[in-house]
Amino acid sequence: MSVSEDIRTRLEQAFGPTRLEVVDDSERHRGHAGYREGGESHFNVIIRAQSFDGLSRVARHRAVHDALGADLVGRIHALSLDIGV
Amino acid sequence: MTDAASRIRETNAANDVVLYMKGTKTMPQCGFSSRVAGVLNYMGVQYRDVDVLADDAIRQGIKDFSDWPTIPQLYVKGEFVGGCDIITEMTLSGELDELFDKSGVAFDKDAAEKIRQANG
Repeated sequence: MSVSEDIRTRLEQAFGPTRLEVVDDSERHRGHAGYREGGESHFNVIIRAQSFDGLSRVARHRAVHDALGADLVGRIHALSLDIGV
Repeated sequence: MTDAASRIRETNAANDVVLYMKGTKTMPQCGFSSRVAGVLNYMGVQYRDVDVLADDAIRQGIKDFSDWPTIPQLYVKGEFVGGCDIITEMTLSGELDELFDKSGVAFDKDAAEKIRQANG
């Protein structure tokens, strides 16, 4: 499974999002720290789910980090999150 | 408490605003650190920059301390505020202004407004 599929699967299972976009943004970081040939190092995620309602910004991000798991987060060089309800 | 954690605690206690970042405020080494330092610099905020690339114990230690897996990390009055995404959102929404006001941290309100106008 590719990293982007793995991200998508874990977030779908954890939050049942109404909107989910996982974009591999690695090419834009070519030559920067953490870039790997073949991409899958830099991701932009947009997620909307009811379960984020009432959570602070930090709590929302932590919920996403937890759902992805330390192993997956550790494999990604950069993860940009846009989280909402 | 580990040595790194006690050093982080001391740094946060001694400085109202601390940015743990890759590189320094004048020479950031990562786009995400650069964005947050750029906002603070432009808003004229007095802050302490801690270069995690210069200290492996702090580089891992701050992630454990904050329970947050990425750099940069902003602390205000000893409280973890967030990373690049959160600081960007809070800058544009005006919440960062409110936090600085509430915490007694001086900043240039006009500059903050200019950032919002340019990114509105």
